[in-house]
Amino acid sequence: MTDLRNENTPHAVSTTNPCKACTPLGAALAFHGIEGAVCLLHGSQGCSTYIRRYLISHFKEPLDVASTNFSEHSAVFGGKDNFFSALRNLNRQYQPALVGVATTCLAETMGEDLSLYLHELSKAGDAPELPPVVQVSTAAYRGTHADGFHDAVRCLVEQLADPRTEAAGPGVLLFAPLVSPEDLRAMKAWLADFGLEGALVPDWSETLDGGPWQDYTPIPPGGTPLATLRAAPKARAWIEPGSILGGAVKTAGTVLRDTFGVPGHRLPWPLGVKASDAWFAVFSELSGRPLPARLQGERSRLIDSLIDGHKVVSGLKAAVFGEEDLVAALTGFLAEVGIKVVAVCSGGGSGRLAKALPAANVLDDSDFFDLEKNLLGVEVDLLIGNSKGHKLSKALGVPLVRVGFPVHDRFGGARIRLLGYAGALALFDQIVNAVLEHRQEENPAGYTYY
Amino acid sequence: MDILKERTAQIGRAGIGAASVSCGKASTAGSVSQRACVFCGSRVVLYPIADAIHLVHGPIGCAAYTWDIRGSLSSGPQLHRLSFSTDLREMDVIHGGEKKLALALDELITLHRPQGAFVYSTCIVGLIGDDVEAVCRKASEKYGIPVLPVHSEGFKGTKKDGYAAACHALMKLVGTADVTGVSKLSINILGEFNLAGEAWILKEYYRRLGIEVVSVLTGDGRVDEIRRAHGASLNLVQCSGSMTTLAKMMEQKYGVPYKRVSYFGLEDMAHALYQAAEFFADEPRVLEAARTLVKTELKELLPVLAQARAKLAGKRAAVYVGGGFKAISLIKALRHLGIATVVVGSQTGSPEDYETLKQISDPGTVILDDSNPVELARYCRETGADVFLGGVKERPLAYKLGLAFVDHNHERKVPLAGFVGMANFAKEVEETVLSPVWGLR
Repeated sequence: MTDLRNENTPHAVSTTNPCKACTPLGAALAFHGIEGAVCLLHGSQGCSTYIRRYLISHFKEPLDVASTNFSEHSAVFGGKDNFFSALRNLNRQYQPALVGVATTCLAETMGEDLSLYLHELSKAGDAPELPPVVQVSTAAYRGTHADGFHDAVRCLVEQLADPRTEAAGPGVLLFAPLVSPEDLRAMKAWLADFGLEGALVPDWSETLDGGPWQDYTPIPPGGTPLATLRAAPKARAWIEPGSILGGAVKTAGTVLRDTFGVPGHRLPWPLGVKASDAWFAVFSELSGRPLPARLQGERSRLIDSLIDGHKVVSGLKAAVFGEEDLVAALTGFLAEVGIKVVAVCSGGGSGRLAKALPAANVLDDSDFFDLEKNLLGVEVDLLIGNSKGHKLSKALGVPLVRVGFPVHDRFGGARIRLLGYAGALALFDQIVNAVLEHRQEENPAGYTYY
Repeated sequence: MDILKERTAQIGRAGIGAASVSCGKASTAGSVSQRACVFCGSRVVLYPIADAIHLVHGPIGCAAYTWDIRGSLSSGPQLHRLSFSTDLREMDVIHGGEKKLALALDELITLHRPQGAFVYSTCIVGLIGDDVEAVCRKASEKYGIPVLPVHSEGFKGTKKDGYAAACHALMKLVGTADVTGVSKLSINILGEFNLAGEAWILKEYYRRLGIEVVSVLTGDGRVDEIRRAHGASLNLVQCSGSMTTLAKMMEQKYGVPYKRVSYFGLEDMAHALYQAAEFFADEPRVLEAARTLVKTELKELLPVLAQARAKLAGKRAAVYVGGGFKAISLIKALRHLGIATVVVGSQTGSPEDYETLKQISDPGTVILDDSNPVELARYCRETGADVFLGGVKERPLAYKLGLAFVDHNHERKVPLAGFVGMANFAKEVEETVLSPVWGLR
């Protein structure tokens, strides 16, 4: 990387080495968490392919994202024909239960009106053959992949929730944060632990981390059933993890509350002891049960291990980066174990991060260039964030603990644990071991007992 | 599984009298094409130029997804491995992005002092009508380096049009520097991107032939080398889909003839060397050196291949890659391992490529243009393929279906070009096909 130490340049205009991806990617991920759904991007072919490739590099799973494949003609005359053909073709090859459509910046700039198109389609009498469509506006010039994700989840609830549904309510709806399939599986297990009926929305725990196929499976099994979303107005309660949520005023949770009167809780991610305690207190309240024995065991092992390892990490200085909710949660946990966070960097620019972390050095709407510059002359022992921090980690000569998205230079991105007591312990093991490995390598004696 | 009716003409079979495979069309809406877009075509071709700024003008996605995406190595500067974007926001879209682009060029050129800059237009830049040419011209005058617009708006055609846009940008560099001292025995290597150091292997071969390589376009590329490319006597074009446009323009403007070559597999690699030797026929020592080189290399390689073949004979392969010419080489290379290709296709193959594929493939081989996962899965199953040769997007599909996989895309870390590349290829095929994991399914 260019030696920033000898340069004194204002960095205000361009983005170098982004700490974010674009909004439709987040929407594509959300739609992959719905049972039988296929994601369709309205715009150029490249958006779908790039997003597929990027998601595949993390999840290592087949991940089909279709495109309405704009040409110059559609850019001039509108993408209606392409949209209709795409829906018909998807229906034919995938027989989806749902098509999740996200617009790209091209379609947004053109002012494509999908609601109008869909209305036209239903008038043409063609609609009964076609699966239901949920659409979300994801212009890449507004926000990051985290915003696209939260907006898509909101649209799923807004457009599918049906107060007249005859089906039974889905119990407690847990809205999924941007975490790994392994963490999502843990979240579902918590519901079972507390004897709570409920569902995760969306849920890519199986769709993006599944087993081998005996036969070709165009849409991988798993995901939140459509019936669950339709019955959302009859949910007992919802829990929405995140203190930032892309800065959105309206989220899936607030829609359930304001439109259908479903009560809910918005809590910081359950990362670390206190945040998990707060989370499980809500579970206790909803279920009328105390913390189940299994989770109690996880909690004691976590605390015991934090004590065992505390001297390795005590007083260390770390920089964290990634989505705003991720870095907010990480910062909370690191404070619990005595690691000082010297910089908190995110490509997200909701404005809420600095409010969530009033004492921290927050670099929001920032990139890796900003972070590197900010760390000049600052002592830092450790980086925590996604694979994109590798260059910086190399430049600074400090270890990178890989969490979040994307992780494409290590194996197992789909199985990274963060949430709950067991998640925090898995993260703590990673942190302690990264520090020990670094010390062992750096130390001429190469101690073999730590 | 249904095949879309719009796509039937792009699916064919090898064999005498079989119908031609239609190609060169825009992808079908709703078909999950493995192709990317115009921008992608331009970005991959220019990406390896290591001493230039590659500034993506648009919202963040296009820059984010192409950051450090290729395994193109540089022996010096590493600017190509950084991601630069104007990261356009809503207000820029409303008021126009020219000012932001100019300021971005100012700060990036001041900070990194590149030898040149490429500015890629993305979809919405084409729509909001920024005068990217004018901004680039001004920056070029201000800093005294070439600042080249690349007209790569995603919707303006297919990936192939992106290749052409990149070639047009390169053509503005070619011919702008002095070529005194360039040997008569000299070539450019076009369409070679130095993945895993492949360009270095080839350069060494040509050095052994006594041939000077003026520039590689664009592997381990440097702006100044490209400026002198017109001084070479011959262009050897690999990855013809991407670089033939440039070769043709150079032939027309500078009288540099070109030949189409491939560096994958035994015959094609040897043929590439002999083609150069034939061109420089009035220097018989080149042909002599080529013969010696091929003989020496084969002596080492053939026993390796014989060993692999003994273990792999009878297996079946599916090949789906970016360009058609590469697919042809791979079929031949696989034959040396005793592997028959039962499915073959490409994202951007030309009519000539598909004709050749029809002729050299075993009768009945499925031939696909601009395919999608549904078709790939269907034909892999139908033909009983054991191993898939493709890229990142095909890999998880192959694994889910229980097929071994060889990465023949731009992320690979092992050189597959040249004679040494063929040995690596054999090893990689062997490692994946014969892995015990397949028995666990």
